[in-house]
Amino acid sequence: MKFLLQRVAFYVFTAWAAITLNFFIPRLIPGDPVQALITKYQGQLSTQAIESLYVLFGIDKNGNVWSEYVDYWKQLFAGDLGLSFAFFPTPVSEVLSDSILWTLMLVGVTTILSFIIGTGLGVLAGWRRGSWTDGLLPVTTFFSSVPYFWLGIIAIYLLTGPDSFFPSGGGAEVGLVPAWDMYFIPSALQHSLLPALTILISSVSGWILSMRNMMVTVSSEDYITVAHAKGLPERRVALSYAARNALLPNVSGFALSLGFIVGGTFLVEIVFSYPGIGFQLFQALGANDYPLMQGIFLVITISVLVANLLADVAYLFLDPRTRKEG
Amino acid sequence: MTIPTSSIEQVIPGQGAMAQPEAGKPGKAKRRRFLFLSNRKAATGLIILGIYILLAIIGPWIAPFDPGARGADLMQGPSSAHWMGTTHLGQDVYSQLLVGTRSVIFVGFLAGIVATVLSVLIGVTAGYVGGKTDEGLSALSNVFLVIPALPLIIIVTSIMENAGEWVVALVIGFTSWSWNARVLRAQTLSLRRRDYVEAARATGERSWRIIIFELLPNLTAVIASGFVGTVIFAVLSEITLAFIGITSGNTWNWGTILFWAQGQQALARSAWWWFVPAGLAIAILGTALSLINFAIDEFVSPRLRSAGKTKIKTNTGRTVRMRIGFTPVLSNSPEPHTRARPIPAVDPHGATPVVREEATP
Repeated sequence: MKFLLQRVAFYVFTAWAAITLNFFIPRLIPGDPVQALITKYQGQLSTQAIESLYVLFGIDKNGNVWSEYVDYWKQLFAGDLGLSFAFFPTPVSEVLSDSILWTLMLVGVTTILSFIIGTGLGVLAGWRRGSWTDGLLPVTTFFSSVPYFWLGIIAIYLLTGPDSFFPSGGGAEVGLVPAWDMYFIPSALQHSLLPALTILISSVSGWILSMRNMMVTVSSEDYITVAHAKGLPERRVALSYAARNALLPNVSGFALSLGFIVGGTFLVEIVFSYPGIGFQLFQALGANDYPLMQGIFLVITISVLVANLLADVAYLFLDPRTRKEG
Repeated sequence: MTIPTSSIEQVIPGQGAMAQPEAGKPGKAKRRRFLFLSNRKAATGLIILGIYILLAIIGPWIAPFDPGARGADLMQGPSSAHWMGTTHLGQDVYSQLLVGTRSVIFVGFLAGIVATVLSVLIGVTAGYVGGKTDEGLSALSNVFLVIPALPLIIIVTSIMENAGEWVVALVIGFTSWSWNARVLRAQTLSLRRRDYVEAARATGERSWRIIIFELLPNLTAVIASGFVGTVIFAVLSEITLAFIGITSGNTWNWGTILFWAQGQQALARSAWWWFVPAGLAIAILGTALSLINFAIDEFVSPRLRSAGKTKIKTNTGRTVRMRIGFTPVLSNSPEPHTRARPIPAVDPHGATPVVREEATP
């Protein structure tokens, strides 16, 4: 319990740091972006919206950083992330809630799948060192060095076309309303297949490699020799003795590298015009939509923190030592 | 964007960090330096990296055309005049690729150096000083580790308008040091209590001297592998930034080529020559850097080397699988053996199979 509480305290601290960072970043913008926006959307912004923008961008007339900071927190707790410019006049929170489910489905599912597949192959490669599995390593290294988005481009070029099974972009057939029904779900699955494969191919090799290295290290431990000497079946030694212990560092590695992975997968969304958070970020960049960018950064960070917490809970179940009191 | 490919930081449960190579005796120092190169992965990686660095230096001079100059041949495939075809404006893709190499290598190495210096400062200080300083610095690096770096880099560079190479490299460097700092801290912690460090402290060496002359030489492999990992990350990030159009200003890099290819529907026009070379250039550079990192890993922890063939045919036609720490015993051999004898030509890192000695009356 103490372990978990410590972790939660750390994540709360990190969330605070991220939000504070988010507060200060727009203050780097030279000039007065709000004034530029007011002129751009002449007459369309209400006084209240302008006020909220000034708080977001930190060009408050009062000029006191501390009171701005307090105001910023008040806005956050009210769920007010400002208005999006790219999708004017939709609030940022609404834009985000529309797209987050897409990203969670695509990136969440593929990341976990890639971890499971990679770890499985890594167990095999580490245990059967010197067999054909060693040939797997250079191939996967090459694929992991390819940028995600380039692999996506190539996949679109090679696999999609007028009469191909794979659609070249989008989240689902145009005109379908998102719902849990027999029209939307198959179409959404069909559209997510190619982006998912792209992410899978380029991210799986990291897991293979780290799991292989851990397996190699663990399999020369004394307790493995003992297990063999006891005459346990090969399979049992490999899975319950070696893999079980080799998995622990990999799980904590999984938690720590989530931030890297999430960043990369966003580019796949951009290439495939997949209506998730990454694609929204791309559109926000094109429109200089700072409130949306800030909101996206906040949402990504919080999701990564939650995922980290879940990985910690998993670790708690896997490693009895962390469960010991005291 | 990718997972750090080094595994040095991995800690075996209950055992602490992996063993570090012992510092060589002064007389052996020269031979050790070339030992690293005898690893085939290291040699391949370094040669490829060398070619890239050479191209980064001479690329702009040997490029046959000005990368921005428009020509008469629009959207032409590879030919003798334009080795990698032309763009929609008749620009030479091969020249763009050559000229772009400099920016990629520059940003990669500058960001790598910045991140490495920061990680050494923070990681080694945290590990060596300990106490409250350690707690504060560790919390700082953990925060930077968990916050997704790429979205942060994208947002910061897009806010700074017309971010040049220097800005991009510095932003990447300042946001990607945390992983290495964590690894270095763990290694420093394990080195700090070694006898030779204690001895140095007992003789009254100053802290900075102990850190520079006793600790850092033993951290070289970790620092190098961290540097290489950061260069990979920085190169991919810079190309990503250019690809999504944040930094596609006046300088050419491979991301800029991909940006224009994507924007001008190179895919729909089947202009494969426009985006394939740049992607391959990235992939090969990344592979070379990863190879160097694997070699460093194997250098530090020789167990990780790919074993040679582990399945061995014995003289009698049976197959035996070799494993570290085990001695395969061949029983029921058709012909009785009178004494154990090793079978030659087996895995040098592993064990030697022995044919079971039959008790002869």
